[in-house]
Amino acid sequence: MGQAMSVLVAGAGMHPWGKWGRPFVGYGVAAARAALREAGLEWTDVQFLVGADTIRNGYPGFVAGATFAQALGWTGARIASCYAACASGAQALDIARTRILAGLCDVALVVGADSTPKGFFTPVGGDRPDDPDWLRFRLLGATNPAYFALYARRRMALYGSTSEDFAAVKVKNALAGSLNPNARYRTAVTAEQVLASPMVADPLRLMDICATSDGGAAVVLVSPEYARRRGLDATVRIAAISTVTPAFPNTVLELPCFATDSTAAVPPPERTFRASIAHAAYEEAGLGPADLSFAEVYDLSTALELDWIEDVGLAPPGGADKLLRAGDTALGGRIPVNPSGGLASFGEAVPAQALAQVCELTWQLRGTAGARQVVNARAALAANQGLFGHGSAIIATV
Amino acid sequence: MLPSKRLCHIGPMPLPAIDGWFAVDDGVAHLLGTRCADCRTVHFPPQTGLCRNPRCQGEDLAETRLSRRGTVWSYTNACYPPPAPFAAAEPYTPVTLAAVELAEEGIVVLGQVKDMTVDDLRVGMELELTSGALADGPEVWMWGRP
Ligand SMILES: [Zn+2]
Repeated sequence: MGQAMSVLVAGAGMHPWGKWGRPFVGYGVAAARAALREAGLEWTDVQFLVGADTIRNGYPGFVAGATFAQALGWTGARIASCYAACASGAQALDIARTRILAGLCDVALVVGADSTPKGFFTPVGGDRPDDPDWLRFRLLGATNPAYFALYARRRMALYGSTSEDFAAVKVKNALAGSLNPNARYRTAVTAEQVLASPMVADPLRLMDICATSDGGAAVVLVSPEYARRRGLDATVRIAAISTVTPAFPNTVLELPCFATDSTAAVPPPERTFRASIAHAAYEEAGLGPADLSFAEVYDLSTALELDWIEDVGLAPPGGADKLLRAGDTALGGRIPVNPSGGLASFGEAVPAQALAQVCELTWQLRGTAGARQVVNARAALAANQGLFGHGSAIIATV
Repeated sequence: MLPSKRLCHIGPMPLPAIDGWFAVDDGVAHLLGTRCADCRTVHFPPQTGLCRNPRCQGEDLAETRLSRRGTVWSYTNACYPPPAPFAAAEPYTPVTLAAVELAEEGIVVLGQVKDMTVDDLRVGMELELTSGALADGPEVWMWGRP
């Protein structure tokens, strides 16, 4: 995508992650106002607001765009709301970007926020025998961590990863998170603590698995022409947003499925779903893994961070453990992964999470990430994956 | 099946927890999928209507019984009682889960594992389909020792 097709990040903002127990709207509004403040813009300047939906907070959550717009004060701005599981924030960003690229607006605000119950994510209430997300609990008791654990065990069998490797991911991310004022968990941990935490879904322990959190994140996107006209400090460019779906046959067992697609008639695609998400982003940006200064990947579990490192091309299959052990993926390493502290330090606030990744990309690329700053960061990728074939990868550059 | 065989069952047959996904005949369990008449793609859970192969226009998806044996793709357990709508036994013992790869169908199917713990399982080992009861009564397919 050429410079003429650029969309710029004018500002990013977050409400700190935690278990605050308050309505999600407040987190979203706080994040939106922080992003606008950073951009040097007013809410009344915004022409288009996209809300990433939350499905656990009733009707206001299903129309998040309207909910945030009303809370900020109706201005007549156009709105959109979208839900795409963990990729909701990325899809919301893509909708905003597309409207700017189409020349239909110059300033868009993208907001996601969630308020979550304690414990495992459970299906939305009511008996729904046609909903695989309900059935997997009913028939199998298959929680989200069960799927993460299947991937982790598979990784151990294929590549010889160990529980100690998984613990080292948590130690690394907790250290980075301890430097992040927006993180929920801000205490460094030891490998011994991780390995002594209770087993949840063998081989994953409590401290290997990300929590569910409350939080909010927002990003202000502008056209380059608007940034020039208003004299905005908008140097970070969105170089790619990939929101591709899986290609048939998807041979990895995904949440909330009971089975993979069958390869009886059609051979598996060249890339797995996760790898294809990143690949499409690289293609769009005209960049490759070697161009990245750092990456934010979706560490729903410690083991999954290792899978992602390979899926985004920073290491060959089975090679992520080597990077980890060499310290390459730590802050100050050759290619830091999750310098924000990742989900390990945040916990998951679904509709806000992909936007939180973009906030980290923005601040690192602007050089304002403080104690966790990646030196001379020029390009970065954020990747995630959620239920029902959703996933995203975003590349930002300066 | 001969009607006389049905009379041999002692007590009421357990109800399946879901209709049409598996069958148990004389104690032998089968997963029920569908196979596209046009491209031969297998679907589990059983898909009706349109074949999921995007390059196939097939709409003739006939019921097919999946291979009863496969190899473990991966496995785990639930050390804490899963939330509703799962009915957890009291006292609770960890539910074991296995994703099992069926070579002929080229498919991996998740299921509970019967009478085995994670310590008994290895990636690549062979398991065979069986069935078992959920804590509140209905029956589901399960993977078990061959
Ligand atoms: Zn077909």
